[in-house]
Amino acid sequence: MAKRIDVSDLDIFYGNFKAVEGVNVSIEPRSVTALIGPSGCGKSTFLRSLNRMHEVIPGARVEGKVVIDGQDLYGSDVDPVDVRRQIGMVFQRPNPFPTMSIYDNVVAGVRLNARKMKKSDLDDLVESSLKGANLWNEVKDRLDRPGSGLSGGQQQRLCIARAIAVQPEVLLMDEPCSALDPISTLAIEDLMTELKDRFTIVIVTHNMQQAARVSEQTGFFNLNGVGQPGRLIEFNPTEKIFSNPDQKATEDYISGRFG
Amino acid sequence: MTSLDTQRRKDAQPPKPVRSPGDRTFAGLSTGAGILILLVLAGVAAFLVSESLDAISAPAEDIAGGEGVWAYVGPLVFGTLVAAVIALVVATPLGVAIALFITYYAPKRVAATLGYLIDLLAAIPSVVYGFWGLAALAPAMVPFYAWAEDNLSFIPFFAGPASATGRTMLTAGLVLAIMILPIISAISREVFSQAPALHREAALALGATRWEMIKMAVLPYGKSGVIGGSMLGLGRALGETLAVAIVLSVSGGVTFNLISSSNPSTIAANIALQFPESSGLGVSTLIFTGLVLFVITLAVNMLARYVVNRRADFSGAN
Repeated sequence: MAKRIDVSDLDIFYGNFKAVEGVNVSIEPRSVTALIGPSGCGKSTFLRSLNRMHEVIPGARVEGKVVIDGQDLYGSDVDPVDVRRQIGMVFQRPNPFPTMSIYDNVVAGVRLNARKMKKSDLDDLVESSLKGANLWNEVKDRLDRPGSGLSGGQQQRLCIARAIAVQPEVLLMDEPCSALDPISTLAIEDLMTELKDRFTIVIVTHNMQQAARVSEQTGFFNLNGVGQPGRLIEFNPTEKIFSNPDQKATEDYISGRFG
Repeated sequence: MTSLDTQRRKDAQPPKPVRSPGDRTFAGLSTGAGILILLVLAGVAAFLVSESLDAISAPAEDIAGGEGVWAYVGPLVFGTLVAAVIALVVATPLGVAIALFITYYAPKRVAATLGYLIDLLAAIPSVVYGFWGLAALAPAMVPFYAWAEDNLSFIPFFAGPASATGRTMLTAGLVLAIMILPIISAISREVFSQAPALHREAALALGATRWEMIKMAVLPYGKSGVIGGSMLGLGRALGETLAVAIVLSVSGGVTFNLISSSNPSTIAANIALQFPESSGLGVSTLIFTGLVLFVITLAVNMLARYVVNRRADFSGAN
């Protein structure tokens, strides 16, 4: 289920503006990979290019290769819709569908795949997905209530349940805890540790302690100046990045001496 | 209650919150505007009721038609509703489709031009629509009516005999549909374009196609706006006078047959056509039909409110 992602010579554009330049990286399956770096350095943009969500923005495009399991995501015969069904995403702000119940939110992705499922199978899927997202005990008595009635942390875990319900190969998380309190953050970090047995997880975070806590590999993005494209400066095991990074810029950033 | 009690009560009240003069002025102005609307509405209602009392209390044989006001207004209510429902059934899906095309499918420049053209439809006076319906649409529909009579007459709507002039209830409904199209599509476009990117991206990231994204994140969000737009359109269709008066060939009463030349009139068109030749009780009768129209419009709007609010929990407003 979990797959390796190989990125080579990836340039990412917004119209004529080159936002990210020359990314070469290989992301290991069944592990958590963290992307850190200052705001505007292109780490979220890079993350969104991994499931072709980047091109949702008008004028946005990508050059280079993203290969998952031997298949180039940007191949001419690849439907972005299929890519996104294989690669789930959790966003910065919790975004359960406000018009749907908790139950319907969890199965929203499954229903899209147009697979006819028996009610009992759907029920099982909802239970296992919510359990997988550590939310089941809190919501099992109100599955028919709107998802938007939950707290922020619960909503984010509902979004994770929705993403893992379709059994994706990769889970991308774009600052999933930045809108949450420390307790909810801890709950989601624990969850990531559990989920990495089954999924390849890539997380963007501004919280370096979080990167250090949850990830095996860490990538550091930086940019030389405003208007310059962001670059992947260093990609190494998390332990090494936070103790003995190869690059001076990485060391400056993680120790708070940047600019 | 003794004056002492009153005094104590006054003392117990918390001090007035500090408010700036600008805030107070604006609060006063907007409250005034709100009250003004209520006054106007109440004034219209009072006028309609008082002026139609004569007709309501008059003996049945004195009313036009000789069977009383209710028998007089019945076919008109029916005609009004049929024309408006045809217009709504045609215009709502079309307006929603246009709005979706403009907001999510069309290239930017096409979308802007199309939006502008649709808005232009709203600026055409209804008398022009009436003449267009009479001179262009009605003749153009004649072959279709003849065909429908031959092939679809098992459906009561197309029972026939087909009108030779094309001035049928269906033609009138279609003219109304085009008249209310800009209202529905403009409001739908507005709400669709405001569907939160957050939820649209959530749908896309789950692997939704564009249409599935629209079904999951845009239509549910825009539903109340679409209903509101349709109700505004329905209000216009119910009250539209001139276009219907020009297009519709009126003779006869209640029938679901939409393609024949004998049709019930609508309340508004009937008032416009009869009013110049009426006096005394006749005027009162017409005003009574106006009162009925007023009540229908009110009921339709309240029904729409009810439908919109029924699932308020799930509206996304929380």
